[in-house]
Amino acid sequence: MAVRVQAADFDPGAELAALSAGRTDIGAVTSFTGLVRGDPTAEGAPVAVMELEHYPGMTEKQLEKIEAEAAARWPVIASTIIHRYGPLAPGDRIVFVAVASAHRAAAFEAAEFIMDYLKTKAPFWKRELNAAGDGRWVDARESDDQAAERWAR
Amino acid sequence: MRVLYFAWLRERIGVAHETVSPPDYVKTAADLTDWLMSQEPRYQAAFADLAALRVAIDQEQADLDSPITGASEVAFFPPVTGG
Repeated sequence: MAVRVQAADFDPGAELAALSAGRTDIGAVTSFTGLVRGDPTAEGAPVAVMELEHYPGMTEKQLEKIEAEAAARWPVIASTIIHRYGPLAPGDRIVFVAVASAHRAAAFEAAEFIMDYLKTKAPFWKRELNAAGDGRWVDARESDDQAAERWAR
Repeated sequence: MRVLYFAWLRERIGVAHETVSPPDYVKTAADLTDWLMSQEPRYQAAFADLAALRVAIDQEQADLDSPITGASEVAFFPPVTGG
């Protein structure tokens, strides 16, 4: 179980290899890597920079809580959550979730659960800037709330 | 008591964090926003839309009517947009 909140990039291949290194009980590893999209902003110009702000201390606590809840609901053998902060460019990796389990169903579901909860419970805020440096805070999406609610019980 | 602000709340209030000593009648997070708004207009701009306001008390998710008595850290921020 590992949570990392960092400015630096990460290597998804190396993270996946590390998750199951030296073990023979893992039959399934699933992962999700989120990238910054260069979509047009509300003003029409493409996103040049995506700035990520977070709440140091609470961010790590929330991610650890989400990871622990996933491990309580599914037979998770190992998991990794990485989220970056600071200025990022379109195409940059922003978030990484990987889950190892004996079988695929638990690995798929737990990874999806972690991402859905991360999107609605981890204290990160995105601000997109165009090439001229005009910034705009990204609005929360109702579809993210609905995705998280389906796991409620 | 340390109060933290994030994203556009931080921009509207003009500081990322500050230490405040609210009077005894300030018992909940909502009381704290009311008291801050009574102090200076920049808080009114930040707290105008309570539906867009989220709160954490000592780094745990909380509600506006959650008690803050004895808390060392209260944070206000808009809905989160990570991932």
